[in-house]
Amino acid sequence: MMDPETRQALFGYALRLGDTSLVLGHRLSEWCGHAPELEEDIALTNVALDLVGHARLLLAYAGEVEGEGRDEDRLAYRRDVLDYRNHLLAEQPNRDFGHTIVRQFLHDAWAVELYDRLAGSTDAGLAGIAAKAVKEVRYHVRHSGDWLIRLGDGTDVSHTRMRDALERLWPCTGEMFERDSAEDRLVAAGIAPDPAELRAAWNARVAAVLAEATLERPADGWMQKGGRRGEHSEHLGYLLAEMQFLPRAYPDAVW
Amino acid sequence: MPDAAISDVVGCWGPEPGADATVKAAWTALDGVMDPEIPVLSVVELGIVRSVARAASGRLEVMVTPTYSGCPATGVILLEVETALARAGLDARVSAVIAPPWTTDWISDSGRARLAEVGIVPPPRSGKRALTAPDEAVACPLCGSADTSQISRFGSTACKALHRCNACLEPFDVFKCH
Repeated sequence: MMDPETRQALFGYALRLGDTSLVLGHRLSEWCGHAPELEEDIALTNVALDLVGHARLLLAYAGEVEGEGRDEDRLAYRRDVLDYRNHLLAEQPNRDFGHTIVRQFLHDAWAVELYDRLAGSTDAGLAGIAAKAVKEVRYHVRHSGDWLIRLGDGTDVSHTRMRDALERLWPCTGEMFERDSAEDRLVAAGIAPDPAELRAAWNARVAAVLAEATLERPADGWMQKGGRRGEHSEHLGYLLAEMQFLPRAYPDAVW
Repeated sequence: MPDAAISDVVGCWGPEPGADATVKAAWTALDGVMDPEIPVLSVVELGIVRSVARAASGRLEVMVTPTYSGCPATGVILLEVETALARAGLDARVSAVIAPPWTTDWISDSGRARLAEVGIVPPPRSGKRALTAPDEAVACPLCGSADTSQISRFGSTACKALHRCNACLEPFDVFKCH
């Protein structure tokens, strides 16, 4: 039987992962019908669907761990900005295609390393979700990495845009490796991987792709943090307003 | 290092030897449920029916697993499985399970043959290799040429990639090894 503190920490952990997947999945879905070419439109929405799928599994599990009767829909649609725990990176707007690809790659490189380790978690619920997710995230990271290389090592215009997007988004990467007392507890119990170990693996992966893309890795300066504690950029509110409109306008509607 | 995402669990395409008549009837009913997105394949051939067992109450417990986490057809499939079992007069509870994760190794031989018949290149055996190795060359299902290229790793459904034959110039779907 899990002690109450560990249970609370596990709930928070699943919520953070679920929110990050949901918000990024929603962001990507905004490309539906707008991508630069048909194949890319299909690819981005495929990735979006996978992320929303991960969010459903993670939020359903968070609700089960919490034990207060909140299901995935309740968690997704009935919480406001301050209750969301996603990474700031996930909520950043799409801007242009290159910017979307940089955001996606920085996330995918983290997600693939995370799920790879989480598949060996001592918590069977998280391990099952991670083993399923990692197979899909491996496609995602190849896709975003391939584009990052193609556009970084492309024309002067594409290179400049990728460089600018990298500079703009880099300060959002620090919080992916933050660690609080709840995580200390989960790491000690073998439930969650050590963020420091994740950071090293992420650094290596990002460095290799950036080198091939002829892009310089920005310096690790000041990092924008707070998403994991509910302190968000203004962009999240607009995203939630659109995503939650229907269930808030017609509470308890089913279809 | 062992890969935690890779399972050694094998596919399951029918009743165990010695299963009772009700369990056998359930598998027969499930054989008739087609995947909504690739309607030439039954859910059994696709390898997503993980088990059919009798609970102590006598009720059937049917476990179905999704192919991809975000597969939008999962809800429809569960509903169609329930409907087919009810039509066969069977009292069953259908649940979704995600572990161990589905792999294309669980697509049956007859399922592979059906994919090939409709011009979808079936996945090679062993999703284990697919997770680490680069994409392999595939022959065109229309003209047989080995000179083909990948247009997109993401095709018309999550489980397929889009390729093109450089000889006959026709595009074709490839079921991704997963």
